[in-house]
Amino acid sequence: MAERSFNTEVEDLRLGAGETFTGEGILAITKALLESGVGYVGGYQGAPISHLMDVLADAQDVLDDLGVRFEANASEAAATAMLAASVHYPIRGAVTYKGAVGVNVASDALANLSSSGVNGGALIIVGEDYGEGSSIMQERSHAFAMKSQFWLLDPRPNLPSIVQAVKQGFELSEASNTPVMLMVRIRCCHVTGQFETAENIPPPLTVRDALANPRKDFHRVVLPPMSYAHEKDKVENRWPAAESYIAEHKLNERFGPDGGNVGIILQGGMYNGVIRALQRIGLADLYGQTDVPLFVLNVTYPLVGTEVLEFVEGKKALLVVEEGQPDFIEQTVGSMLFKAGVQTRLMGKDVLPMAGEYTGHVLLDGVTALLKAAAPDMLPSRVRSPNQDAAEVPDLSKTVPTRPPGFCTGCPERPIFAALKIVQHELGEHQITGDIGCHLFAALPPFEIGGSTMGYGLGPASNAAFGAGGEKRAISILGDGGFWHNGLSSSIGNMVFNRSDSVAVIIDNYYSAATGGQDVLSSRASNPTKATNNPISAAVRGVGVTWVREIDRTYDVPRMCDVFREALTTDYQGPKVIIASSECMLNRQRREKPLRNESIKAGRRVKVPRFGVDEDICTGDHACIRLSGCPSLTLKTVEDPLRDDPVAHVDQTCVGCGNCGEVADAAALCPSFYRADIVYNPNKFERWRAGLRARTIRWLQRRREQKVLIFEATE
Amino acid sequence: MSSPQSFPLAHEDSGGLDGVIKLAIMAVGGQGGGVLTGWIEALARTRGYACQATSVAGVAQRTGATIYYIEMARTGPSQPVFALAPAEGDVDILIAAELMEAGRAIMRGFVTPDRTTLIASTHRALAVSEKIAPGDGIADASEVHAAAEVAASRFISFDMERLATENGSVISAALFGALAASECLPFPRRSYEDAIRSGKTGVEASLRAFNAGFAACSFGNVPAPPGEAQFQSVPGISGPKNLCERWENLASKVDDLPESARPLAMAGLRKVVEFMDLDYGEDYLGRLAPFASSDTGVDDHALTKAATKYIANAMAYDDVIRTADLKTRGSRATRIAREMDASPDDVLLVTEFLHPRAEEIVGLLPDGLGRRIERDARKLAWIDRWFGKGRRLRSDRLGPFILLYLLGGLKLYRRRTRRHAAEQLHIDRWLRRALEVAAKNSALATEVLCCRRLIKGYSDTHARGISKFDKILGLVERVESRPDAADWVRRLREAALKEEGSEELDQVTEAIERL
Repeated sequence: MAERSFNTEVEDLRLGAGETFTGEGILAITKALLESGVGYVGGYQGAPISHLMDVLADAQDVLDDLGVRFEANASEAAATAMLAASVHYPIRGAVTYKGAVGVNVASDALANLSSSGVNGGALIIVGEDYGEGSSIMQERSHAFAMKSQFWLLDPRPNLPSIVQAVKQGFELSEASNTPVMLMVRIRCCHVTGQFETAENIPPPLTVRDALANPRKDFHRVVLPPMSYAHEKDKVENRWPAAESYIAEHKLNERFGPDGGNVGIILQGGMYNGVIRALQRIGLADLYGQTDVPLFVLNVTYPLVGTEVLEFVEGKKALLVVEEGQPDFIEQTVGSMLFKAGVQTRLMGKDVLPMAGEYTGHVLLDGVTALLKAAAPDMLPSRVRSPNQDAAEVPDLSKTVPTRPPGFCTGCPERPIFAALKIVQHELGEHQITGDIGCHLFAALPPFEIGGSTMGYGLGPASNAAFGAGGEKRAISILGDGGFWHNGLSSSIGNMVFNRSDSVAVIIDNYYSAATGGQDVLSSRASNPTKATNNPISAAVRGVGVTWVREIDRTYDVPRMCDVFREALTTDYQGPKVIIASSECMLNRQRREKPLRNESIKAGRRVKVPRFGVDEDICTGDHACIRLSGCPSLTLKTVEDPLRDDPVAHVDQTCVGCGNCGEVADAAALCPSFYRADIVYNPNKFERWRAGLRARTIRWLQRRREQKVLIFEATE
Repeated sequence: MSSPQSFPLAHEDSGGLDGVIKLAIMAVGGQGGGVLTGWIEALARTRGYACQATSVAGVAQRTGATIYYIEMARTGPSQPVFALAPAEGDVDILIAAELMEAGRAIMRGFVTPDRTTLIASTHRALAVSEKIAPGDGIADASEVHAAAEVAASRFISFDMERLATENGSVISAALFGALAASECLPFPRRSYEDAIRSGKTGVEASLRAFNAGFAACSFGNVPAPPGEAQFQSVPGISGPKNLCERWENLASKVDDLPESARPLAMAGLRKVVEFMDLDYGEDYLGRLAPFASSDTGVDDHALTKAATKYIANAMAYDDVIRTADLKTRGSRATRIAREMDASPDDVLLVTEFLHPRAEEIVGLLPDGLGRRIERDARKLAWIDRWFGKGRRLRSDRLGPFILLYLLGGLKLYRRRTRRHAAEQLHIDRWLRRALEVAAKNSALATEVLCCRRLIKGYSDTHARGISKFDKILGLVERVESRPDAADWVRRLREAALKEEGSEELDQVTEAIERL
């Protein structure tokens, strides 16, 4: 089950005509799909579109009632391949991916789909993961739309606009026989707002119906000579059809006065930022009434030349606001102006940065630059000649520490990397590659393990060059999510095939944890609609790995160390696979904590572990933290004038995972850690025994206290 | 503080933005920023405001710094156009759920004197980079406080984390209380409480923390930040009469020292007497005396002060006996029960994680025997095989407790151990060196004494500390004749304390060798 439950949101999916939906953008998209008569949905999870997948997974009843099929696809490529159903059948289908990485994975299927063309509307929802808070490389999906010829929507970031974009996307797709990609930025996915709902529409033709009456059309297959025909069809028919649909239904929007010396062409997603800049200058009001004409591209590919030239007519200068690089839109607009012999000055990446997110400040500067250059009279005097002093604030850049994301409190992956760090201390540094997933946090302090990520499930594959072995063996990390995404074949299978002498560590935390705790094939929970409990070890052995070590409690650091030592030093020459399994602590706590609290309240016996540090034994060298980095293992300044350095301290958020004690043991650190197990509602015998022990211990302590000097505690 | 940075003031009076309230929350992933955002949204909507919130969820958030952003305006003829992210110089209310996040907000220009009310919790959630330094890597909170006073138009700060914990809730509720009390939003207190009540779980605890946050903020009832560490210079003592008398006598000798060094010396004396006995305290004062007499009083008797501190720390070294003693004291059980928040009805089981190595075992043996075994690698390995393994002792059980209790009672035997002999030798060599230097350069001698700070921890960490200590002491000779010798030694020590490895230490060393 996913880390967040969407039971309330599922109810919102049932809202009928004229009701108001209040919530996040990504959930509004989900509702819009059902209102569009979608026949099947799928995708691969990952922020910022995980919630879409999660809410659909929780909404099985609603989908069943409508006859909509939901598939949790193995990867974005698989999700896109599923859209093949819309090639031959007039059924609307939608899939989702996370950002440019999803588009990359999908690109093979995406190119084939675009070549074949579609009959039913095919919509791909991409949570464009760009800018602050992004966890991936900074690239644009735009280039893929250009190379494969599918259409790209980038609607204004408010709920009514994105809901409309879903509906228009399907229509555009059907009108032009082309898949359509709907791009929503991170903050747009999580933006909250309201829209008026419509009735859900059951698909006119369900996938079940289609299965009863199969169809095929040889001309849709991507093989010569059809593939040549597809290319021609794209430019001669589909593209013009798209342009006329876009123009006719006014998918792009114009705001502000018709005339004027200047104008701004912007991606729909930039609309709120541009309006804010104009509001701050005083050229737009709260409701978006603007004095500067805007041409908002809710469709960023293809651009409709007539629309652009009509907007530009009579303007002295034009600003293109296009986030990210390269400047595809600006180049296209430039080419349109040049070919039409228009003399309007084109501004864009000269006053706005080529790279990086277009934040409020960046846009304010860019719009101001446009106006200063081409319409200074529009600017209020305070902008033309600012006379306010800048506020001088002390520089904190050397004081405030960076705070990148990291392993959660009690994470079962922490002891794996602690063990690997300990073993590297003994055997020397090794060549290590990482993969995509929570385990990538090991690349940061305090572990600093793994120097590359080449793609989801490609950890072991990215060590292939070192597969022949040598003085030391290469190590690669792979998560259970990545393993099932494509790691089994691309990474593990190929280690077997190429007789690789490397070590692969598969981290099995029972979920696709980084994307929000969705189930995967090897998850241990029973899931009513999915087949779980398929062990990774069986799959690994099935593709021919014979050296397999399974650890079912990663917190056993000495054991982890032993297995690493064995893998790195054994005489065995083939691929060595270590499967380290323990449940994701975030998910475990979410499941167990409420039950535990309930039990304590009900008077049942419950044992709760937590760790502590004896502060007078801790010497403040922080070696334990260098093998942990746990948020609950922190520092405390002691009020002892003889001590210079803060001591280790375990705060009350500790979940008692055991890493601290295990690491103290495995690395022979220091004796200051202890684990306290609090037994709530102990039974009578336990209480009697504890009392007896305590009294005896107290007697012994008093006996000693009488013989020596006792100093009052100064605390 | 280096060069001041400057941010342009927002270059509009209010532009076309009359009536929009812009609120950003800077938090650490997992602090409940989402809950707080939800409350503020519910509050605004029920009060007839149009409201929009954004956040970045997912992996990017896990324990890392994250921002929630909210805009609201009175409902008008149509839907207002709100921004999706905070902009420099354009935030009305900034809520920081941790002190360094307030610093980050200031750095990013989200706190400006013309408009921003900064509501910040003063508690610290330390970043990994602050925690992993072998020395004290904690960022300087006073710099953030100072910057906040300049950058914010209003600055409301107190430890909201503590307040929330004391009320069995999480920080978001206390922050919400502070927001209500700040009266930055045009809503009555009751509507805040209603927003909390509309939630599903933990309503009562949230309301308690909300009320506490509100009270702390509005009635100036702000818990004082912890001041300078205060310590008792003369601790209360109890024990057999003869020992108490001897202690009084010994303690009175501290008065012979310069006044500014006396509190430290008293703490040091107490530490070594507690470590062993009164005779050892006598030794301590004896070791201190030559430093006090060669101290010229420079820098408020820095030399004597360093000597009192570091000689005490060196003499009360960390060994098996001390660990066992500390683990079996009566005060410890009370402290654990308090820290774990256990009630008398609960049963507390305590497990100790001990991993004695051959070195520790041999250190416990009589000096002569220990020395012989140390020289024989085979014997050492044999001991390690039999005794040197990780042990988990349930110290609430009688057997393991008595074992630790007996070990802790070996204080008087300790004088005869191998470890004691080795430690005394090391201390004497170090102090001899410091005294030699003191005759010529008092500041340098102080630095030599301060190097003792490097020796801490157990096993590998201890060994690494010793090697850094020896390395620096070896370099003293190279710089001894220079007027800035003390500076160089200080730089070496600071470099050594910054990281586990010795990259920076090596750089300073190289610089010295080039001199």
